[in-house]
Amino acid sequence: MSDAVTRNAASVESVIRARRDAGSGALVGYLPVGFPDLDTSVDAAVALAENGVDVLELGVPYSDPVMDGLVIQKATQTALERGFRLRDVFTAVERIRARVDIPVLVMTYWNPVMQYGVERFATDLASAGGSGLITPDITPDSAGEWIDVSDRTRLDRVFLAAPTSSDARLRQTVSATRGFVYAVSTMGITGLRTDLDAAARTLIARLRDAGARTACVGIGISNPEQVRQVLEYADGAIVGTALVKSLAEGGVSALAETASALSAGTRLN
Amino acid sequence: MALRDQTGPFFGEYGGRFMPESLIAAIDEIAEAYEASRDDPSFQAELAELHRSYTGRPSIITEVPRFAEHAGGARIILKREDLNHTGSHKINNVLGQALLTKRLGKTRVIAETGAGQHGVATATAAALFGLECTIYMGEVDTQRQALNVARMRLLGAEVVSVTTGSRTLKDAINEAYREWVTSVETTNYVFGTAAGPHPFPAMVRDFQKIIGEEAREQVRELTGRLPDAVAACVGGGSNAIGVFHAFLDDPDVRLYGFEAAGDGVDTPRHAASIGRGRPGVLHGARSYLLQDEDGQTIESHSISAGLDYPGVGPEHAWLADLGRAEYRPTTDTEAMDALRLLSRTEGIIPAIESAHALAGALELGRELGPEAIILVNLSGRGDKDVATAGRWFGLFDEGARQE
Repeated sequence: MSDAVTRNAASVESVIRARRDAGSGALVGYLPVGFPDLDTSVDAAVALAENGVDVLELGVPYSDPVMDGLVIQKATQTALERGFRLRDVFTAVERIRARVDIPVLVMTYWNPVMQYGVERFATDLASAGGSGLITPDITPDSAGEWIDVSDRTRLDRVFLAAPTSSDARLRQTVSATRGFVYAVSTMGITGLRTDLDAAARTLIARLRDAGARTACVGIGISNPEQVRQVLEYADGAIVGTALVKSLAEGGVSALAETASALSAGTRLN
Repeated sequence: MALRDQTGPFFGEYGGRFMPESLIAAIDEIAEAYEASRDDPSFQAELAELHRSYTGRPSIITEVPRFAEHAGGARIILKREDLNHTGSHKINNVLGQALLTKRLGKTRVIAETGAGQHGVATATAAALFGLECTIYMGEVDTQRQALNVARMRLLGAEVVSVTTGSRTLKDAINEAYREWVTSVETTNYVFGTAAGPHPFPAMVRDFQKIIGEEAREQVRELTGRLPDAVAACVGGGSNAIGVFHAFLDDPDVRLYGFEAAGDGVDTPRHAASIGRGRPGVLHGARSYLLQDEDGQTIESHSISAGLDYPGVGPEHAWLADLGRAEYRPTTDTEAMDALRLLSRTEGIIPAIESAHALAGALELGRELGPEAIILVNLSGRGDKDVATAGRWFGLFDEGARQE
């Protein structure tokens, strides 16, 4: 994808659309910063980029992660116990961007950003080469400051959409979002699920009706076949738990294998 | 605008609705049903009848002169929420939310609990209305409040012991939110305190404000005037806002909330969110919060499971900033001493939570002098705390075990 490491990554949306226009779709991979330690988490993110992941979603460990399942909770709790600090996020983004040309989004619960200062967080993220934020515990109607700041700093802001969201809320989410809309595929928190919910297909169709240009499906995807199924109707498949589990159990080399296997789901037959 | 007229979602700069999109539809649905119920005479009549014939309202007030001798001679009057069915003020809110659950057509309720009183009240209402019930409780709390775990199970509820994070109330709320995301279509979340996202702070307050409304009239009838001070313990803050609310626009009535200071507010082990926290977002609302520089929640500590929470309801944060209510710390030791004093002088064993307010009243009495009248919300009874008190004061015979 890249011939040179550039300071400015291609935008998240353009990367996803390029994959879709080529007839498939994008693979978005999640890993928490600082797990099992800062250096390894950087190596792990680089391994994702080198094994078929198109967009990185770096998670910020947080004390009260209400949208995460047990596997990710355990990893982020470990990172916190080992001394993760919020500023490590910018270090990680910078180091990853120096090694691979891939857009990096940061997934964070809201209180850490508020305490750091929304403006300061955005500025530091932009200068580290980050593309924007995914914010799972706030919605556009509670994110006024972030919407203003992200407009000024030209960062992406990824909001979530759920099968229970009303049409009016989906329109609001689509118009506030930049990068992609993050569709929650089952009424569930992150975790492994063997069957993908038909709700995801319906939700993506509703998002298209609401004007979404790019929409990715997350939560519940753990194998290449599921990636392929999701990409039949969505622009990207987001994988988290399966990657974190693989990193926890087998280290960076196992993670690389898992990412590579998952990315087979994005290839055309 | 009168202080009593605040309806949320914001109380000054506090409150709001900072929640995952997956839960917004359910929260909107609750807000809508709640707003409809406020102006619905049949809902209000049904709730009033439950208060009368099930809970045992109005709860009485009791003047406690032998206890008050230790408070500089001020008159101390207790609002006896401990005499409610299930043993605390929590039932007031739960019956309201259980009626809403029926109106929403949902068949299952979930709830978090700290000391277990809200869990017991929710399990009770679920039994009464024929709803399925699951209660989330931190593992630390299932151990220190084992009696309430057995009570909930006896009432037919499932109790889930939460083993993540600090394994106390805040983690029970996290787990209940996680569960709710997956079951929202059939399940209503009966939130226990005047915190969380809008509409919970305003709704829980409205279901609890009956405490102060009754007490205001009862004190006036007994003494011929309003009290000089109203005292309550504050964890999330539902019993405190319940007793404060009727007095918010009475400028001569001073309001005091007592936060759990654990080992002391200048040690790392306390739960004084207003006293030692700063504004942040936790569990859906902006309010005072115990947190580190990075915005990570700091674990709270208190001998009282019901006050062991690092946040506080947004209306209290607002009242604190306005100076309308004053929030002070009470240590574990001060609370336990007050618990024993009330037991021995008046024959009333209070919950450890409520004992924080009693300790505060002793201090207030000495400050305000013998002419003062102090109303204390006795939010719960101490049956659940006998094991903790027994260990604290060494009351058990060596080797004795109840078989």
